[in-house]
Amino acid sequence: MPVVVEAQNLQKSYNGFPAVAGIDFQIQNGQCFGILGPNGAGKTTVVAMIYCFHPVTGGTLSVLGHDVSEDARAIKKRLGVVPQENNLDLELSVRENLLIYAGYYGIKRAVAEKRAEELLYFFGLSAKADQEVDKISGGMKRRLTIARGLIHAPDLLILDEPTTGLDPQSRRLIWEHLRSLKKKGLTLILTTHYLEEASQLCDDLIIMDKGVILEEGKPADLIKKQVGTKVLEVDVEPARRNTLVGSVEHLISGYQLAGSTVYLFVPEDETEAVKILNASSYVNTYQVRLANLEDVFLKLTGRGLSYEEDGDYESRSYAKTS
Amino acid sequence: MKAEATPKLHRWAGYYSPVNRWAIKVLTRNLYVFRKTWTTNLAFNIIEPLLYLAALGAGLGMMVDDIEGMSYTQFIAPGIVATSAMWAAAAECSYDSFVRMYYQKIYHAIVATPINLQEVVVGELLYGTFKSVLSGTIIMGVIAALGLVPSSWALLTPFVLAINGLVFSQLAMIWTGIVPKIDNFAYFFTLIITPMFLFSGVFFPLDVLPQILQQLAWLLPLYHIVVLLRSLTLGMVEINLVFHLLWLLIFILIIFPLPQYLMRRRLIK
Repeated sequence: MPVVVEAQNLQKSYNGFPAVAGIDFQIQNGQCFGILGPNGAGKTTVVAMIYCFHPVTGGTLSVLGHDVSEDARAIKKRLGVVPQENNLDLELSVRENLLIYAGYYGIKRAVAEKRAEELLYFFGLSAKADQEVDKISGGMKRRLTIARGLIHAPDLLILDEPTTGLDPQSRRLIWEHLRSLKKKGLTLILTTHYLEEASQLCDDLIIMDKGVILEEGKPADLIKKQVGTKVLEVDVEPARRNTLVGSVEHLISGYQLAGSTVYLFVPEDETEAVKILNASSYVNTYQVRLANLEDVFLKLTGRGLSYEEDGDYESRSYAKTS
Repeated sequence: MKAEATPKLHRWAGYYSPVNRWAIKVLTRNLYVFRKTWTTNLAFNIIEPLLYLAALGAGLGMMVDDIEGMSYTQFIAPGIVATSAMWAAAAECSYDSFVRMYYQKIYHAIVATPINLQEVVVGELLYGTFKSVLSGTIIMGVIAALGLVPSSWALLTPFVLAINGLVFSQLAMIWTGIVPKIDNFAYFFTLIITPMFLFSGVFFPLDVLPQILQQLAWLLPLYHIVVLLRSLTLGMVEINLVFHLLWLLIFILIIFPLPQYLMRRRLIK
């Protein structure tokens, strides 16, 4: 089955407020599909409809070959969910959490035990198997929640902001695990407001804001299409921002103003633009870096997401020659 | 299974089908956790009623004449069994269920599996019923050991306690579906459980009350439980017990949709 999830004119309202305002998308088998957007964009609502928690208000949503409004149980048997908030059984041990969850799916005890050991090993939790969940770290709880979502060997795993609130090491460890799950052919749906997470993991993504899809495609294509390859971050006297933009207008594909910083989006080569910057007395400093999803989002929504300090993009600073 | 959209309350049938194997899985989960926590969990349920029995039976009882031909301790003993079972179910499906639902998000964790929310609610009710039967049966064992249970009809106690448990698990779960904060359960206990405790004929025969209060007591489920338990423990089994039993069964069936309906309304938007 090539198409795992298909939404057509999907809508969701809460008391008349449109949280999702008629969106269409398709998720292919084996893909890691990202849903990006700021808080309140409608990401969680979309995935909660996919895992059959919230009923759809309008349009159609088919998951693993079933309509969510028709056969939720058949869908839920074959998908795994990692919710935004950990909801583990705190009184139970790490292993018991997996075994109890296996029970909900009606998995036989011996099979569940074998599967639990494999998952504990895969997620580096074997040493903690008999610890009470209350006593393990935040990153381990998150990994356990993911392991729990895989206990029934689902065809599709939904992760709602899987790394929110984790330190950078734990986050990277989880990315590593998600990558190897993807290699094994598991279809992943990921919501996030970390743009680096999306560029690291997602084959395809949609960017949502206020319940609609602003843009969709592969991360690299989106960056190329919306921004280009390079971004010049220019610190300029606010009164002269427009002068600056005017002087490089023929060299850029777009720009974004944020206080005294002007972001210039350069399609290919930045050399010409840099010459102009060097010659402009009102430019204080500037730097050149590779374009990333943050720029795409900034351009599309006119506002930023949380900025990642440990970002993966390359960044080069030029000393200004005067 | 049909959509998760909240079915209309008047579509009764949809609220009885969640009594199924999926609900049993939820019960099993709670029993598993209970196995790890029962020492702290159960002691409280059992010590308190025995304190009542000691203080009221041995203390107050010294100043009270025999009632309907039995000692005061013997008179209140079956009522103490009924009330402790009531408290067990009411506490389980209010405070404890609220913690699972609101703080631990266990309901959310379970409904991501093939189990749906209505089955979760039914599983919780069954667990509250289990707690009720367990603590009531233990107290009954204790008072039997004290020589306060003359009749072997008392062996039917667990069935009455199961009915008791279902009634109060449901009443508590209704509040769990409504209350905004865990503190609000104080109203449930003050306005519903405590009056039930005091005016269901546990501590005095209701015929000492004015006629109107006697009739109002008939509306209290615990009153019917107390009548059943007292009659069974004393071996005074008559046909009119069937009416008390029927009253309780009908009550259970009528309010059965409510906890599921309210919980769905609360969690599923």
